[in-house]
Amino acid sequence: MIDDHLLRDLTPQILGVLVRRGADFAAAEDAVQDALIEAVRRWDGEAPDDPKGWLVTVAWRKFLDARRSASARAVREIAVRREPAPGATEQADDTLLLLSRCCHPALSPASAVALTLRAVGGLTTAQIARAFLVPESTMAQRISRAKRTLAGERFERPGDVRAVLRVLYLMFDQGFAGVNPGSNRSVGDADLAAEAIRLARQLVASVPRDPEATGLLALMLLHHARRAARLDASGGLVPLARQDRSRWDTAMIAEGVELLQGALALDRLGEYQAQAAIAALHDDAASAEETDWPQILEWFDELTRLVPDSPVVALNRAVAVGHVDGPLAGLRLVEQLDPGLPRRDAVAAYLYERAGDHTEAARLYAVAAETAPSLAERAHLVKQAARLHQARRAQS
Amino acid sequence: MAKYLLLKHYRGGPRPHPNAEGTMEEWTPEEITAHVAFMQQVADDLRERGEFVDAQALAPEGEFVRYDGEGRPPVTDGPFAETKDLIAGWMIIDVESKERAYEAAAYLSSAPGKGGEPLHEWLEVRPFYGEPSVVE
Repeated sequence: MIDDHLLRDLTPQILGVLVRRGADFAAAEDAVQDALIEAVRRWDGEAPDDPKGWLVTVAWRKFLDARRSASARAVREIAVRREPAPGATEQADDTLLLLSRCCHPALSPASAVALTLRAVGGLTTAQIARAFLVPESTMAQRISRAKRTLAGERFERPGDVRAVLRVLYLMFDQGFAGVNPGSNRSVGDADLAAEAIRLARQLVASVPRDPEATGLLALMLLHHARRAARLDASGGLVPLARQDRSRWDTAMIAEGVELLQGALALDRLGEYQAQAAIAALHDDAASAEETDWPQILEWFDELTRLVPDSPVVALNRAVAVGHVDGPLAGLRLVEQLDPGLPRRDAVAAYLYERAGDHTEAARLYAVAAETAPSLAERAHLVKQAARLHQARRAQS
Repeated sequence: MAKYLLLKHYRGGPRPHPNAEGTMEEWTPEEITAHVAFMQQVADDLRERGEFVDAQALAPEGEFVRYDGEGRPPVTDGPFAETKDLIAGWMIIDVESKERAYEAAAYLSSAPGKGGEPLHEWLEVRPFYGEPSVVE
């Protein structure tokens, strides 16, 4: 068997070589995909001694073939700069270059995620299509549209790392899309959260002195460590407070904490580091009761300073205030937020329950269930309302 | 991205626009061809934009069936009553926003009918449930 990871690790490297030789991004990306397909076909279970050299040769030939057939009537000379094989530094630069290209602000977030998964992650269009539950032809169009959008953009300088971080965060946060315990996932399907972590690792290797890149990787690991405990056997959501903490991945938490400490030591705080710090404090508690809410609230205050206009941060901060200053203080903050804000009623229900008003809590859980954005959340909220109703019946 | 169902009803929607009141038999064959070609064009455009998921049409006949205990035949309440909601078919799209879903639905609803005029047919737009967020 050819190691799937070998091919996928090589994907951005080959693409980088082609782009540096003067190929435009869209054509180079197609050529690399063609070369990967040929590798799977021709290697016959065993990689050649120099798989990267083989792939570069084949991909470059594919690129030239496509170029020749595309401009058969007016053959244009292209400048081919023969370059020595790139060293580790150039590879790291290539990764950043390609990531910032795929996460270009001109692209919609969904297009950027799809293009990144293919061009840098080395996934096939079919795998990406399955992860997002759309036909392969639709995903192929989404990717080629994204490439058309990028055509003509200058491609020499690595772009905005912030844009890359946003796209990787989005990819990670959709991580459940690829993994549904209720469905039969076949081997080879994309696990979006794992992909996002893999790409964030490559990014951090490219920009080791960027504390927000490291902060984002830490944030991902600190959340991913809880994954086994987040869903029950039937795919239902298990809230943080009720998770079986013995199922958390302690090695992953340790790595996340170490990365976060390294990032914080650079003394340039940003939102991903602050979010990672909050996740680390949750991960650090042996039980829900032992959660260090005062320190979590301090980090929410930092986060509010960093992203003052985020209603989502304000809502989550209200939960922390509810734990530190009491549920009524938390509710006062929730009441100031836009009634249409997603999860607002769910948070209010939670705080009313903690305040002892179970009637209002049950009502709000039911209201929140009506507008839940996912079936798993709706089922969870309906169960909360049902639990409170059952308790009231038992009392009367 | 979020998925939306664009649901077309034979019956049961709000009061139809005058252009959508008649039946297709009253059109010319050319008008029917133009209508079908337009629907195909909408699907192709959505495909090209990377937004198309599925499109299906349903035959108008159908019966209600339910479990009625072991060893007893499934029960039906017979043919649909004239007033009952009747679904003609659907298109499923995967788009960036609700606004974009409405825009696509409006485009689909502008399909030409009699005299080549837009039908202004009502379409019901329903969001799919998404996946829960990973970051709590």
